[in-house]
Amino acid sequence: MPGQLITYRECIKQAIREALQADERVFIMGEDVGRYGGAFAVSKNLLQEFGPERIMDTPLSEAGFVGAGIGAALGGMRPIVEVMTVNFSLLALDQIANNAATLLHMSGGQFNVPLVIRMSSGVGRQLAAQHSHSWEPLFAHLPGLRILSVGTHEDARYMLAPALADPDPVIIFEYTSMLNLEKELPDSAESIEISKAKVRRAGKDISIITYGTGVYKALEAATELAAAGIDAEVVDLRVLRPLDEETIVASVAKTNRAFLVEDASRSVSVSSEVSARIMERCFYDLDAPVQRLCGAEVPIPYPKHLEDASVPQPAQIVTAIKTLLQHA
Amino acid sequence: MEQQEQQSINPPLGNEQAKKLLYQMLLIRKFEEKSAEMYTQEKIRGFLHLYVGEEAVAVGVMQALRPEDNVLCTYREHGHALVRGLKPGVIMAEMYGRQEGCSRGRGGSMHLFDAKTKFYGGNAIVAGHLAMAVGMALADKKMKRDQLTCCFFGEGAMAEGAFHEAMNLAALWQVPVLFLCENNLYAMGTALRYTHAQTNLELKGAAFGIDSSTVDGMDLLAVIKAANTAVAAIRKTGKPHFLVCNTYRFRAHSMFDAELYRDKSEVEEWKKRDPIPGYFNYLLQQQILTDVDFKKIEGQVELEVKQAVDFAETCSLEPVEELTKYTYSEKQD
Ligand SMILES: Cc1ncc(C[n+]2csc(CCOP(=O)(O)OP(=O)(O)O)c2C)c(N)n1
Repeated sequence: MPGQLITYRECIKQAIREALQADERVFIMGEDVGRYGGAFAVSKNLLQEFGPERIMDTPLSEAGFVGAGIGAALGGMRPIVEVMTVNFSLLALDQIANNAATLLHMSGGQFNVPLVIRMSSGVGRQLAAQHSHSWEPLFAHLPGLRILSVGTHEDARYMLAPALADPDPVIIFEYTSMLNLEKELPDSAESIEISKAKVRRAGKDISIITYGTGVYKALEAATELAAAGIDAEVVDLRVLRPLDEETIVASVAKTNRAFLVEDASRSVSVSSEVSARIMERCFYDLDAPVQRLCGAEVPIPYPKHLEDASVPQPAQIVTAIKTLLQHA
Repeated sequence: MEQQEQQSINPPLGNEQAKKLLYQMLLIRKFEEKSAEMYTQEKIRGFLHLYVGEEAVAVGVMQALRPEDNVLCTYREHGHALVRGLKPGVIMAEMYGRQEGCSRGRGGSMHLFDAKTKFYGGNAIVAGHLAMAVGMALADKKMKRDQLTCCFFGEGAMAEGAFHEAMNLAALWQVPVLFLCENNLYAMGTALRYTHAQTNLELKGAAFGIDSSTVDGMDLLAVIKAANTAVAAIRKTGKPHFLVCNTYRFRAHSMFDAELYRDKSEVEEWKKRDPIPGYFNYLLQQQILTDVDFKKIEGQVELEVKQAVDFAETCSLEPVEELTKYTYSEKQD
């Protein structure tokens, strides 16, 4: 409804409810999705509404239930597998990388895997080194997967349906630090494509290219930059694999400058790849070298001041872009 | 020899030892309650998993270990750390994120580490530390060191493949590990019966050919006896042992848990079996300690917990310039 505020959490929940209502083959499984109500209360009361056949609590067995999700997808179901947080996804990485991502190709096109895996991700809650990973780049490395990153409320609400309609495995990164954030939802659901990046703010001076938690940070920075007379464009990648190169190229060709932002640590990151693509396609359009603001190369520490220092903050984006443009 | 062994399994409970054990139980309880309070005051952040109700397990098992043994725990480890000998002040400082903390403030509640007491965490990926425990015991075996490795985990962890791999390796290689399952009946909100098809957990040890036993984890003296027996066997044979302690957590899984999955009445039932009054009543009956002793110990514990908070309040934050320190070892020429 226009004008109404909704949390990111509620957006995800509505999307899941809608998917369960729309298709009998859809079911959710994961740790504590049912009786506990979801580790982050995303699936609260869904067990009561849909019953234990469709809201399945699993034991702590990530490899087991992700593998079973792949099997159920092969068997004609449309599972939504929830891995509580990305931090536990590596226990299932073999299933994802060696089965989900490869079956179609290995079988010569005979067996596709229509599976959706959701996982909450990212830093920002002082959960320290083992519970604060930004592993989008790791998964974005794997051919055969579609990797989505939910940087806005709109995508939280509308990305799940097209993901479920995809014949191939889709991994959706959601962000725990954004769950309580309230925003207005666009009044009608435009058809959401899960192959395209999206320009969240049009501008002419510089392209800020980002995803996930970077989107609202970049928009915040862009507002501040506007006050200083700098008109920044914000590109939300949304789909980290396969990358939508055309939207990136079109934006950089227009603004002639690219500034990349992400929480994941800098080396071999998503922005490493985007930077390379810009070099390949836009070298002669560039008025300045591509610049990046990424996560620090460190396991995430517990104390707030060190945690904050390990990922990009809006103020740093502003300062860096001002510097870049002065020197341009 | 036989008699000596019997003695170490069933030590006579002298006045001093009785006081020490009671002190440890109360220290965990009051330290945890204070931690919850400090969490509400936002002095402690992140995840905080409390051990209230399960104290008899850590206290009973830890007394069976020697300083040279290795200890590995989960994220619900404040109690274990306290009994192992970490100072309450450095644990509190750690949870305050201060550099005087046992992990320089970088780990927080879930990652208490201490080389001096051979306390290897504070591990927050469920079942992630079990294979490490096997490796530590393997190193001890290869180096012919007469010591064992004690690894604590919850019953939830036993559903992970990592549990089964670690158990098999330990049995295959015959290494001295005490696998210590704290079965508190819930893995977050998922009850034992929804986690395990076979709820008799001890049988899972037997499946690997590992000597296994089960004990009432609410009964300190029973835990002591079971732990002493298991540890004596490991020291004698060098083989692993699997000990299940049946217990219950009185509080939520963490500070983010609305406890939708269990009835308050169930919690109240279990509270009747609170290990602290249980143990103290025994001491009273046996005329080992008196109410006056209890009050005195309680007072000492409260003072120690207060001092821990006072200490943490005086501690400092690490400079932000040191952010990437300890990502790699500092090179030594
Ligand atoms: C591999 C992995 N999956 C999920 C989690 C999230 N999680 C943390 S504690 C926990 C429950 C563990 O239960 P149990 O092993 O019985 O120990 P307890 O917390 O009851 O002491 C879960 C699901 C995690 N930390 N690691």
